[in-house]
Amino acid sequence: MALATRLLGRLPIGWLQLAHRRGRFLAAILGVGFANLLVFMQLGFMGALTSTVGLPYAALDADILIQAPDANTLTDGSPLPRQRMLDALAVPGVAAAAPVFMGKLEWRSADGSARSLDVMGVDPRLPSLRALEGRRDVLTLPGAAFIDRATRNVPPEVFAGLDAGTPQRFEFQGRGLTLHGSFTIGGSFSGDGWLVMSDQSFVTLFRNRSLPAPNLILVRAAPGQDVPALAARINAALPGPDAVARPIATALARDQAFQTTQRPVGIIFGMGVLMGALVGIIIVYQVLSSDVADHLREYATMKAMGYRQGFFLGIIMEQAVVLASLGFIPGSLMAYGLYALLTAVTGIDVLMPPERLLGVFAGTVVMCVASGALATRRLARADPAELF
Amino acid sequence: MEPAIMVRGLDHHFGAGEARRQVLFGLDLDIARGALVVLMGASGSGKTTLLTLLGGLRSVQAGSVRVLGREMAGASATALAGARRRMGFIFQAHNLHESLTAVQNVRLALDVHGAVPQAEAAAARALSLVGLEDRLHYHPARLSGGQKQRVAVARALAGSPEIIFADEPTAALDAENGLAVVALLKRLGAARGTTTLMVTHDNRVLDLADRIVTMRDGRLMPA
Repeated sequence: MALATRLLGRLPIGWLQLAHRRGRFLAAILGVGFANLLVFMQLGFMGALTSTVGLPYAALDADILIQAPDANTLTDGSPLPRQRMLDALAVPGVAAAAPVFMGKLEWRSADGSARSLDVMGVDPRLPSLRALEGRRDVLTLPGAAFIDRATRNVPPEVFAGLDAGTPQRFEFQGRGLTLHGSFTIGGSFSGDGWLVMSDQSFVTLFRNRSLPAPNLILVRAAPGQDVPALAARINAALPGPDAVARPIATALARDQAFQTTQRPVGIIFGMGVLMGALVGIIIVYQVLSSDVADHLREYATMKAMGYRQGFFLGIIMEQAVVLASLGFIPGSLMAYGLYALLTAVTGIDVLMPPERLLGVFAGTVVMCVASGALATRRLARADPAELF
Repeated sequence: MEPAIMVRGLDHHFGAGEARRQVLFGLDLDIARGALVVLMGASGSGKTTLLTLLGGLRSVQAGSVRVLGREMAGASATALAGARRRMGFIFQAHNLHESLTAVQNVRLALDVHGAVPQAEAAAARALSLVGLEDRLHYHPARLSGGQKQRVAVARALAGSPEIIFADEPTAALDAENGLAVVALLKRLGAARGTTTLMVTHDNRVLDLADRIVTMRDGRLMPA
């Protein structure tokens, strides 16, 4: 109190008015906290979307990706001629290249449970996934595959068996596959996990696909190469418009931008952030303007004493900042809790980067001050001439 | 020396168009500094309108109102607020701030002048003048009607105003307290030269008045 008085150069009237009605004050704090939580959740989903998009990119042993020009994500591009791999290998500065096939598979169990798996077909003679180095020769066995350890909804005995060294046999769409081990990428919003097999097994499973037409060519640069410049040289060397080379970071950024702005999930989360902010503004406006209405007589009295408009604006802004700060505490704590819960339930890492905390707090203050500015319009009704 | 209040040819109207109605008619009034003046008159006689015009709570429409040497006619809202800082108001309803304690309510009148050193102590002194030194940290909800009115008096006095406008300050008080409050205003007038203009129907306090001004139908009655 004494500190606030010194800082403000006056009694902390806004604070005292809020604190005088404890029930309402508490409800207002929780309201702001709830609006915070809404925004945090939507940002959490959005952040999880962006970070899960990056997981398979990080698993690839590549500096440059060559894809068909219609590719928006890692998995949705048309097949491209395998010849492009050889074209790229001919460019000075390219150390290695490998084809990758992409497909999708529903793994249904007899009990009706199902997982949607992203399938990667790789050439077992070439390095393509870092996690498989040292054991890719296993994939040369027909129908051999590795499964993503983070795949959701897999019976626990599957991984227990793999850990014990027992291959696990399954029927996928009428074809037998044998899981020989696991690696980790992590599920996304569109799939529950990943399956990796040899390109031979891949074209056997996906009968409309063929070895000369992979979805992706991984390119590794020789040590010391400037990757963007090398990608430009590869593009110059590629003969036609059927393939585009991009540094892997650029490909990832495009993918994230596509998924957050062009796909319904991204747009829905973006709308959710806006809605949360709107709900917050309405709650705070409601609290501040009814507080002004309740104190019109007191404000009129203070006007009679010679206080000017700016003084009352100060009181309302003081309240706005108090509500923003106190509401942020339960809001962010609840968000931490729900993030942890979501991470546990979905297997998707929903994390709180520090800049999101700062950003939401700054946004909350702006939101509260904007509501406060709206609420000050009611002040005009405090007319000291009506007091006598 | 110019009187504390000097009114010349003051007219005032309420409403507009067909509903326009004149409530004050050509008032001329001088009130000397340090005087305790009682303003009497039936309700609707224009006392309250006159008080709000003198106190800078309403804009002067026609005529001249000089308070403490300053012309109120045509003054801006900011200038009026500045003028009001040299005045104290005691309202019929106490109008205390319910979220603030007695001493904080009184402080409001001090803080309007900017940071005042020892404001809390000064506010406590003002409360002890009205006999409430043992109720400093009570919120209005825990004070009786008479105590609240005494806090309002302390608040009006605390800023050392040069003029006090009081509207039925004794209405909520019993005979003894009412007389004590008016006696206090009178004593302060003598000690500090504070001018007091008080609307009251309370005959018990008339003896303390230096002068009684009566209004009827928007006009001042000859003394």
